[in-house]
Order: sequence, then structure tokens, then C-alpha cells
Amino acid sequence: MDLRFLEAAPSTVEQDAIDAALDGTDCGRDQLLPALHAANDAVGWISEGALNHICRRLSVPPAEAYGVATFYSLFAMEERPRKVVHVCVDLACKVNGAEALAAAQTDYVVRSPCLGVCERAPAALAVEAGVGSEYLMPELPLPQKGDPSLRLLRRVGVVDPSSLDDYRAAGGYAALRNAFLLGPQDVIREVTEAKLMGRGGAAFPTGRKWAATAGQPERPHYLVCNADESEPGTFKDRVLMEGDPFAVIEAMTVAAYATGCTRGYLYIRGEYPQAFTRLQNAIDVARERGFLGTNIMGQPGFEFDIEIRRGAGAYICGEETAIFNSIEGFRGEPRSKPPFPVEKGLFGKPTVVNNVETLANVLLILTEGGQAYQKIGTAQSTGSKLFCVSGTVPRPGVYEVAFGTTLRELLDLAGGVEDLRAVLLGGAAGGFVRPDEIDLPLTMEDARAAGTTLGSGVVLVLDGTVDVGGFLLRIAEFFRDESCGQCVPCRIGTVRQEEALHRIVRREGDSQDLVLLRDVGRVMRDSSICGLGQTAWNAIESAIDRLGVQL
Amino acid sequence: MTVVDIGLPRRLVEFTLDGEQVAVPEGSTILSACKDMPTLCYGDTLEPANACRVCMVEVEGSRTLVPSCSRKVEPGMVVRTDTERTRHSRRMVLELLGSATDLSTTPQVAEWMAEVGADPTRFGPDAATVAQPAHVDNALYVRDYSKCILCYKCVDACGDQWQNTFAIAVAGRGFDSRISTEFSAPLPDSACVYCGNCIEVCPTGALSFRREYDKRAEGTWDESKQTATTTVCTFCGVGCNLTLHVQDNEIVKVTSPHDSSVTHGNLCIKGRFGWQHVQNT
Ligand SMILES: Cc1cc2nc3c(=O)[nH]c(=O)nc-3n(C[C@H](O)[C@H](O)[C@H](O)COP(=O)(O)O)c2cc1C
Ligand code: SF4
Ligand code: SF4
Ligand code: SF4
Ligand code: FES
Repeated sequence: MDLRFLEAAPSTVEQDAIDAALDGTDCGRDQLLPALHAANDAVGWISEGALNHICRRLSVPPAEAYGVATFYSLFAMEERPRKVVHVCVDLACKVNGAEALAAAQTDYVVRSPCLGVCERAPAALAVEAGVGSEYLMPELPLPQKGDPSLRLLRRVGVVDPSSLDDYRAAGGYAALRNAFLLGPQDVIREVTEAKLMGRGGAAFPTGRKWAATAGQPERPHYLVCNADESEPGTFKDRVLMEGDPFAVIEAMTVAAYATGCTRGYLYIRGEYPQAFTRLQNAIDVARERGFLGTNIMGQPGFEFDIEIRRGAGAYICGEETAIFNSIEGFRGEPRSKPPFPVEKGLFGKPTVVNNVETLANVLLILTEGGQAYQKIGTAQSTGSKLFCVSGTVPRPGVYEVAFGTTLRELLDLAGGVEDLRAVLLGGAAGGFVRPDEIDLPLTMEDARAAGTTLGSGVVLVLDGTVDVGGFLLRIAEFFRDESCGQCVPCRIGTVRQEEALHRIVRREGDSQDLVLLRDVGRVMRDSSICGLGQTAWNAIESAIDRLGVQL
Repeated sequence: MTVVDIGLPRRLVEFTLDGEQVAVPEGSTILSACKDMPTLCYGDTLEPANACRVCMVEVEGSRTLVPSCSRKVEPGMVVRTDTERTRHSRRMVLELLGSATDLSTTPQVAEWMAEVGADPTRFGPDAATVAQPAHVDNALYVRDYSKCILCYKCVDACGDQWQNTFAIAVAGRGFDSRISTEFSAPLPDSACVYCGNCIEVCPTGALSFRREYDKRAEGTWDESKQTATTTVCTFCGVGCNLTLHVQDNEIVKVTSPHDSSVTHGNLCIKGRFGWQHVQNT
């Protein structure tokens, strides 16, 4: 390609940071996101000179690199203070004093969508160029820590997350050993028999996905672990990654073995500094000790390695095809399906995408067997589920319960709720449950029958003190901000939805605004490209129809 | 795209379109089997972007509507193009587009809106729009992004689908998305080579010849007085087909036939803009 570049030159700091990030890699377009991170991390923003240097190193046209950089909210395209504080103003934090926290900061404040630490609301993350990031809230122990009924969370807060030996002493790598004994096809059979459903939100049967990928003759196959976790109110994957990082690596290795992948990407949202560091350490240690690379655990001919990719502030990159574009160095816009990822995914090759929690379940299935696994929970929703309880509850946090546990039982674990107004189940794309419905069994099928979804496990509690109108407005604002902008129903529809809701909440609306909301909601659901636009009206519709919110 | 197919004859696929059995060559899109399906982002010389969502149809068994411009026909598919659901979708898409964008120079859109009863004003006078000053930063063409519907066609024509110049890309996200050079640099500072292939594919008039832009501003642009004559470019030996659009004895714009096997609608700066000398002799 005969590319034309800008005149601007990078500073020495920028150039060194970019060159260090690109050192030793084969420097293709897929290094664009890491290179942009390197520049932004070093000086706090992406200058013309830095972008130009990246474009020269990677042979990427500057206009395209600019298009990619401006897609992500963590990248600043204008100089700003070296230290910024991202204050979460999203759902759980909003009802827990986010605005006061923002006002109290002396540093430069960026108002942020959900930071994924809702149990410690209101949340704030300080990011300093050349230094790093840290949470400004105190640590909070796992509420169920030490509970013998824990399965997915049993090691969290108990083992040293930096130690492979601790992990192995606590049962680690037994699942992979069993996988090798079974062989790839029987691993898939066990997972199918366990009736494991994806925990990323869409509840797709994992066994089917794996079988479909394993059967594709085209090579290579890729594995993507989806750790983007940006649905407001979701923080379960972070707790797993921070507390049990080797389990994520082992589970990815099992998945790769079953589906014939030699390379895996762990795509983690950019706002998870601690999970990132611990996972990177786990990958390095595992590789050193022969648990990644060639002949893993002495298994002849099995080769697999993992690369971590940091997202950069874009909820949409958690969508299973947007994640491919993001990894490949393009704008994180979802692709049109079909073709589906199992046929043409990352780099156009057959790809398995699985959520962190989904993968964590695979380890249980391989240690106890699919038959035993599926006895937990209900006939259709097998196993246990991590719920992210936040909002106005005494003990917010991640709770693990068997499917079929009622919402009331879950809320009791979290300290109970007085004066309950509603529970938002499933996140911004989910729906509301009324106080008279809290005996709802938490299963995929019961949630669906109740007009909502378990989604990614969000249980956001609102008591009588919460301003429901303001809460709904925040949901609308979230979708407007996070729409990738590719398709008309969502790009413009989310704006019109927010505008109409604004009028209604300010009591300037009329009955036509309700008609308008329904019309816009319907076209978003029917004609948007991806799940973001298709569900952007769910929670608001649910508030109107099921909560009877007087708008 | 009207490509001369010299390969083996393709197998036919049968499906039901609005209640009738239809057979199309394997690999065809639903759109290719439809008469008069409205679309804005579909380009006959480009890969489908399926971004505008004007051409949505109902396919039996599908949870959502389906973009006819990109969805390939499968045997036994049952497709409906004109139902309450597709009409609602089309009306809303056109209302949303019209409420945010200046569609005054988009051909046919007024008819489509009338057909489905779209009223873009219903979102009120305060509805956010993409209105902004036009970029008039060179002598050859104007970028008036108040009219841009983000169909991706110009980006695809400038990039790897035809021109390989990559002067423009989509920047920003969501409603803030826009077509931009790097750091919004003026066109003369960008990689642009003024081939005008982006103008050729722009469905809205957001990209236009400077002459057209000026004449519209003066109120002297009049398509009813224009003739179009297709000839062969004389600048070099490639032999590109040019269509000269003439109004009042003046060449006001140059296009190229999309079915030309030489150009597929694409030209270089000379063929596209180098006609000033014709006037001056
Ligand atoms: C807008 C949007 C955002 C999403 N974000 C995530 C996410 O952050 N993490 C995740 O695992 N799945 C996310 N998903 C779901 C993925 O598309 C996909 O279904 C999932 O990763 C598959 O893994 P699973 O089968 O293990 O659940 C998102 C989907 C949409 C439409
Ligand atoms: S629905 Fe929204 S997020 Fe999804 S592709 Fe369309 S514009 Fe992008
Ligand atoms: S004139 Fe040609 S080079 Fe310039 S932006 Fe348009 S397509 Fe790209
Ligand atoms: S300028 Fe024209 S071709 Fe380019 S995206 Fe906008 S409407 Fe489409
Ligand atoms: S961290 Fe604030 S809502 Fe999730």
C-alpha cells in the first residue's frame, strides 16, 4: 500500500512507548489497539505525532487509525491532565451517590459508564499517565466467602491468585487432565450432557457451539474469552478473574483442546486493572511451567497459547462479532450474521466465543462429569449462577446460587430490602420485576416467562428512595452513548428515545411521546443489526408496561 | 453490479417472495429478486454495508427483520416485502433519517416517505440533527455532511473496494459518528487524490461537485435542463467511459456508467474533473 502520512512526529516518550509495545510482534493491523493503548497510557492522550508513528509502524492509513481511536472512550484525542478520575455515574452508582463523589474530586473528572465494580458503589478509578490505574474505593470481601456450597467461587478470596501451586493444590488443572483422558469429542459430549448454557447474556448452549466449531475443516480455529463485561450492573467476571485467574486460563485451554484452537484471545475491558495484571501473571506463569505453549502437561501434539487484549471503553465490543473487529484493529462494529462466528469469526476463521463464567463452569463439568453437573439447578437451567447484586441492598456483591433459587432468597442473602420498589433483572437490556413478583425462581425459563431475562446476572435493587424516572433516563443515555452508530434504527433511535424520555420525565411530554417511544422501540427491536439496538428499549418498555411507571 | 458472468452457469435457488415461487441464481441476495425495493446504502458496485436498514423484509423463522441487500437467498425461504411490520420499519427508518439529516437532495426518498406515511417532524423542533457547515476546502468538490446518512459507501469506494487511497473513514461513535479525514484535516492536507469516486457513489448529495454546489447555492441548478452524453476519456489509453452532464452548454458534472467493464463507475482526477479545458477552448 502506498500510504500518505501526516507530518507530525511523536515525542521521545510516545515513540519509546509505542515501539516497546510493538517490540517482537509481527506488527500487523491487529496490533493497532495495543499500540493506541501504549501511547495513551504513556502520556494520557493520542497526539497526531503518536498516531502517525503507529500508522507508519503498522502500515495503517491515518484516517482509519483515527476512526478506530475515536471509537473508544478511554482514548483522549486532545491533551488533558495526566491524571484523570473516571467516576461511574451508571445505574448502581447513580443510586448510591455518584454525583456527590464526582463533585468531591479535585482531579480532572471523566463521567463514566458502569466501571464493573458496582458492589463498591459509588465507584471511581484513577488513571495516571505513565503510572497506572487504581480504584478509589476500599476492598470488599466476597460476601459468601468460605461457604461450603460455593462451586464457581470456591477459590475466590481463599487461594493466592498469583500462585500456580496454590491453584493446583486447590484442585487446579484436574479438569484439563481429565479432558486429555477423554479426548476432544468426549469433552464436548460432557459439556452437551451438562446442558451448559452461555452466561454472557444470550444463553446459547455451549456444547452446540463447540461441536459446530470443532467440525469446521478450515484452520486455524480461534478461541475468544469474552471478558468485556460492560453491561451496567455486571461484575461477576471481574470477581472470577481477580480471585481465580488460573481457572480462566485452564478453562480456556480445555475449550481450545475440545474445539481444535491453537490460539486464544482473552478480551478484557480496559477498566479492569487488577484483573488484567493477575491474568497476565497467570498466563506468564502457566507458559513458564508448561501449561501453555507446546505439549501442554505433556500432552503430545497439543499446542495452545493466549494473548490478552484490553478493550478501551466501548460496551459494544462485548458483542461477539464486534469483538473480532476490535481485536483485528478495526472499529468495534458488529458484523452482519450470517455468517456466524463458528463458521467465519476472528480473522475470517471458525471461532468460539465464550463468556468467562461459562468457561469457569466447564472446569466443574470436567471434574464431576456432565451427568452430575446437570443435576444441579433445574431441568432447563443447569448448574449454579453468579448474580451481581447491587443498588440499595445492605450487602451488595457477587452471589453464587443454584438456578431455581428465588429472587427473594437471593435478596435475603444480600441482607433483605425494606420498601422494595423494583428489581432490574438482566441489566440495561433486561426488565423490571415488581415487589409482588419476587418469589420468581431465578432460571432462564422463568425469567423469560416473566417478561425479562437473567442476562448477565444483574440484580439491581431499587427501593422507594430511588428516582425511577432519572434511573430510566440513565438507561436511555447509556444506549445512546454506547451505540456503535452503524445502523440507523439504533444510531438515531437511541437519541430519539432519550429525547422523548427527557420530555416525559420533565413533565413536558404528552401522550404522543408514549406512541413515539413504542414506535421507535419497535423499529430498534426489529431492524437493528445487533443485540444492542434490539434490546435498547427493553427496560424502558418494561418500566412502562410492568411497573406501571407513571411517565 | 452488472458483471458479465463468464463462469459456469450458477444453480438456481427457489424461494417464495410475496407468495410467489421465484428462482434466482445461487448466491443472489433477496434484493436482487425484488422489484423497486427502496435502499440507500446499497451500491451496485460495492459490498453491501447493510447499514441504512431501509430495505428490511420479513423472512419466516427469523426473530428480527432481515436486510434484503445482503441476505442471500436460501432454498425454501419465505420472504415478505410488504407487511405491516416491514412498512412500520421502513416508515420509522425514514422518519429517523429525515429527522436528523437533510434529505432534500436524496433522489426518490420523498416518494418512499409518502408511500409509508413517514413524518420526520414528529420528533419535535428540538430533535438533534447532524446539521453543520459544509466543508468547502478545495476547488473540485464539497462535503456537506448535514446530508450524510453514514452509508459507508464513500469510505468503501475510497478504501479497499476500489480506490485504495483511504483518505476518509468513519470516526467517532454512535450519533457522533461521522466521515472524517485523520484529525479532521482539510482535504488538501489529506491523502485524497480527487478521483471523485466517493461522489459517484454518494446516495444523498452530501458529496457533490463544486460546480453543482455553487449552482445550487445560486439557484441555477436545473436537472430538467441537463443532458447526459457518454463518451470515452481522451486523457490516456485506458479508455474510461465518461458521462458528461451538460446544462446550458456547460459540463456541470462527470459520472461514469457503473456497468462499464473498464471503470465500474470509477475515474481518476483527470476524467472526473479535467473537463474545464473543454469549456475554455
Ligand atoms: C451489546 C452486547 C454486549 C455484550 N457484551 C458481552 C460481554 O461483555 N461479555 C459477554 O460475555 N458477552 C457479551 N455479549 C454476548 C456475546 O455476544 C455472546 O453472546 C457471548 O459472549 C457468548 O458467550 P457465552 O455463550 O459463553 O455466553 C454482548 C452482547 C451484546 C449484544
Ligand atoms: S444496533 Fe446499534 S450497536 Fe448494534 S450495529 Fe446497530 S448501531 Fe451498532
Ligand atoms: S476523491 Fe477519491 S481519494 Fe478523495 S476522498 Fe473521494 S474517493 Fe477518496
Ligand atoms: S458522504 Fe455520502 S456516501 Fe459518504 S457516508 Fe455520507 S451519505 Fe454515504
Ligand atoms: S460500577 Fe457504577 S454502576 Fe457499575
